[in-house]
Amino acid sequence: MSNAVIKCESVYKIFGSNAKKMLQEANGNVDAKKFQDNGCIVGVNNASFEVSKGEMLVVMGLSGSGKSTLLRCISRLTDATDGKIFIEGQDLLSLNNKELIELRRNKMGMVFQSFALLPHKTVLENIAFPLQIKGIKTEDSINKAMDMVKLVGLNGRENYFPRELSGGQQQRVGIARSLAVEPDIWFLDEPFSALDPLIRKEMQDEFLRLQEKLQKTIMFITHDFDEALKLADRIAIMKDGIIEQLDTPANIVLNPATEYVRKFTEEVPREKVLLIEDVMDPSASDNLGELKVLKDEVIENVAEKILTQEKSVAVIDNNNKIVGSINPTKIINTVFGGRKNSN
Amino acid sequence: MEFLKKYPKLFQWLFLLIVFFALCFAIDVPETYKFIRGQAEFVKDPNQSSYIFLGKEVRYYAFDVFWRLPPLLGWLPIWINDSLFFLMNEWMPMEFWNEDTQEFKTRPLLLQISRNLTAFMTFLIELIREVLLGGLETIVAFTSWDWIDKNPWAELPGLPWTIVAAGAAILSYKLSGKGLALFAGLTMIYISIFGQWKPSMQTLSFILVAAPLSFIFGLGLGIAAFKSKRVEKALYPILLVMQTMPQYAVLVPALVLFGVGDHAAVIITMVVAVPPMILLTILGLRAIPPEVIEAGRMSGCNNWQLMFKVLIPTARRDILIGVNQVIMVCFSMAVISAFIGAKGLGFNLLLALNQLNIGLALEAGLCISLIAILLDKMSLAWANKQTDYFGNLSFLQRNKNILFFGSTVIIGIILAYFGTFIFKDSFNYLFEVPHNKGISTADFWNKGVDWIFDTFFVYIKAFNTWLIQDVLQPMRALYLRMPAVATIVLVVGAGYLIGGIRSALVVCALTLFIAFSPWWDRALVTTYMATFGVIVSCIIGFSVGTLCFQNKHAASFMLGVCDIFQTFPSFVYLIPVMMLFGITDTSVLIAVIVYATIPATRYTIEGLRSVPIGLHDAATMSGVNKFQRLTKIEFPLAFPHMMLGLNQTIVFALFMVIIGAFIGTEDLGQYILKALSDKNGAGIGLTLGICVAFIGLIFDNLIRTWVDKRKKHLGIN
Repeated sequence: MSNAVIKCESVYKIFGSNAKKMLQEANGNVDAKKFQDNGCIVGVNNASFEVSKGEMLVVMGLSGSGKSTLLRCISRLTDATDGKIFIEGQDLLSLNNKELIELRRNKMGMVFQSFALLPHKTVLENIAFPLQIKGIKTEDSINKAMDMVKLVGLNGRENYFPRELSGGQQQRVGIARSLAVEPDIWFLDEPFSALDPLIRKEMQDEFLRLQEKLQKTIMFITHDFDEALKLADRIAIMKDGIIEQLDTPANIVLNPATEYVRKFTEEVPREKVLLIEDVMDPSASDNLGELKVLKDEVIENVAEKILTQEKSVAVIDNNNKIVGSINPTKIINTVFGGRKNSN
Repeated sequence: MEFLKKYPKLFQWLFLLIVFFALCFAIDVPETYKFIRGQAEFVKDPNQSSYIFLGKEVRYYAFDVFWRLPPLLGWLPIWINDSLFFLMNEWMPMEFWNEDTQEFKTRPLLLQISRNLTAFMTFLIELIREVLLGGLETIVAFTSWDWIDKNPWAELPGLPWTIVAAGAAILSYKLSGKGLALFAGLTMIYISIFGQWKPSMQTLSFILVAAPLSFIFGLGLGIAAFKSKRVEKALYPILLVMQTMPQYAVLVPALVLFGVGDHAAVIITMVVAVPPMILLTILGLRAIPPEVIEAGRMSGCNNWQLMFKVLIPTARRDILIGVNQVIMVCFSMAVISAFIGAKGLGFNLLLALNQLNIGLALEAGLCISLIAILLDKMSLAWANKQTDYFGNLSFLQRNKNILFFGSTVIIGIILAYFGTFIFKDSFNYLFEVPHNKGISTADFWNKGVDWIFDTFFVYIKAFNTWLIQDVLQPMRALYLRMPAVATIVLVVGAGYLIGGIRSALVVCALTLFIAFSPWWDRALVTTYMATFGVIVSCIIGFSVGTLCFQNKHAASFMLGVCDIFQTFPSFVYLIPVMMLFGITDTSVLIAVIVYATIPATRYTIEGLRSVPIGLHDAATMSGVNKFQRLTKIEFPLAFPHMMLGLNQTIVFALFMVIIGAFIGTEDLGQYILKALSDKNGAGIGLTLGICVAFIGLIFDNLIRTWVDKRKKHLGIN
């Protein structure tokens, strides 16, 4: 058994009254157009993947690509039409209502695009809400909620009502609420999309800081490719319900699987995304210069230094051991060349 | 032809009108036809035809089917009546234990249920009434008359009026602030010193029973409809009919089912007050963002927690607006229920109007209006009030209103106690000002009315005569001159042109129901009066609204006026018009116009206001002047909303026309009023009510369909 926390096996979600029947007739070969003509809308089309413990999978796609639907299938806010979903080895679709509630109360947290705070409760009460629903004593739940308030940096505002907070602050409450029950799995549905660009950046940094500390298993939905690159361990790019490519950010940028994915990668400043490791030549050559660079350095930070060298540069790992080499031409090619006709 | 091609709809409408008028001219008035005044149902006329259906004989005057359709539904009221009678008096007789006589008694099941229900309602009303006014029925209910004779101390003394007044002021303060508190206090003091305390408290106790019960049922049904599509589908037609059914008409079956008095009125009030609560509950729950529901689910709520901890608190405002509606409907029913013997202000008002004592009626009417405004403002303030954080406040701060009320209770009791010394020989005015012992201005008003009559009689009469002879009579004659077939063709054609085949079928069914009922002529008279009222109201309302819209403050002021006028129970409007125009059709029509102008004005202002600011700026930058902006930008965009106002205007006008029967009209309302005093009136009253509701629904369907299409066309939701 792998250590996959979330595991999907050919998950389908099709909206429409006779979705089940049509899916059976299609026999695994779902054509969105044909379904649409028959009054069915394909939300998720044959999604299979795993998310392992402590990993952050970012699902990227434009609106209508089915990314939110996929998330709702995995949190079982909607029931998948077909396929299997395992949460920590447990078959999600076979759970009855009571078991599902139990699972949500203990293992899952979710953050929403529009914050979805309860307007009649204060910040503190909102955060304590999942705990109180669980039946935890008021005093304990308030204490725990107070810790969460501190975690997301809302000290001093715990007695405000959501209507009195800015968007960024409201989403901090949303994050705190989703973390209150200390879930293992954390779902975030476009959490920063409703925020201003500056606040968004701030929240992303804050989010990375939190994740470093908490090491949750995360499914993060976004329509912003840059956000995906910045946050993800792996990215799944969705289009029309189909996962076009699922890979690490570097691999997606370097080897886009389809034309659709390539369009996203075109505008990406590669020097900011790729690490030395991603472009180095792993067979270390002999003719190396004096300069040594760390393998998990972002290209942008060391490019200038490397470009001043004439010879290839040694790439080392944290133990100062040479693991490969890189020559200045490679850097120039990566940053400036090969974009239009790459692969 | 170019022209017609450009406007194909216009051509279709023209064609429809031509067909309509052709039919009107082609079908002659039968020689035997005359409008039957105060038709005596029991007199057998040899000229009448008859048929038997389901064992019921229906008699009617037969005409050419093109002129008037035969009353094929004439058996329906009789049949409803007989079924009700059967259910109440013969169906499922069972043995029931009788407390009073200490023996088993055979009674039909439904009668027993109805009696138990009414007994329960009576108990509730009496309980609250005795808390407010004092009495011993409640104690007796738990003990016995003998016991109370031996223990006279146990009689409830009732609250001194000072305490109730202070309580109302404190509650208003908590809900809204100083302004409303002052208004509440003054209203209560006014009621008390003008000797209206007792009837007012009777009315209040009626509302205190009816409103919470309606709220619970409405909320429950609303939740059920929200959760299940099937329940919603089943409720929908009932809600629709109840919205356009005159409140007056519902009273009639109540008589048969529950008898005469407050208890019957309370039950029937619930029937009227629950639908708006259901609608607003569904609306509120629907308006909750789906993510909030998902957040609740992901927090691990079960269904119960989701509903009561997430959904209902989130929809709080809409639900409380529903409460506001419930309270206002209950209040208006409390007044109208005087017709079936409910005590309180409405009863006094009815009595005064019957005696043509306008002064007394005016006083009672003023009381009703003041209480209506107070209740409306208080419940709205409650809906709009946002929760405040109180975690860190001290006990004193948190409970200051309760403590304050507690102290006023003590002060009130002490005052009342002192009062027993001060007013030794007369009534204790610090406890309760008895009815008719307060200040009365009735004489003053009566003299005023007399003076108005003496001074202006000539002019009023001249105006009256002119209006009736030159406007109303010809209009009425025109309406009655329409052959039934022509009317149906016109209505169905309009339905088809506006909403296609579906709309045409709905409208056709509704019209046919009225046409097959025995009251087609009466329905025509109702429609004529409503039409007249609506036309005048719309002219006034649209122009006043447009004028007020030019100035921000004027618009807000006008909306405030509309709010206040809308809270008054429709019955109240009859007082001033009777004062000025006496008992004529003119009075009714003027009441109709005043009442129906409210929505016309309101929707005009709201519609004009809803035009986006961006468009204003765009128009201004294109260099339009004020008038061009109004005609080219604002009117076209506001028109759909204004048409919804027209819809409301029609409903309001119909309601008032029906109530106008009290003054004396010859339309459907007259029959409803008659049914109220008829032992076998239940079926007639109900069918008449449905007829009125259907007239409203025909227009409702046409206007709404048109508005929806237009809105879609303009891209506004």
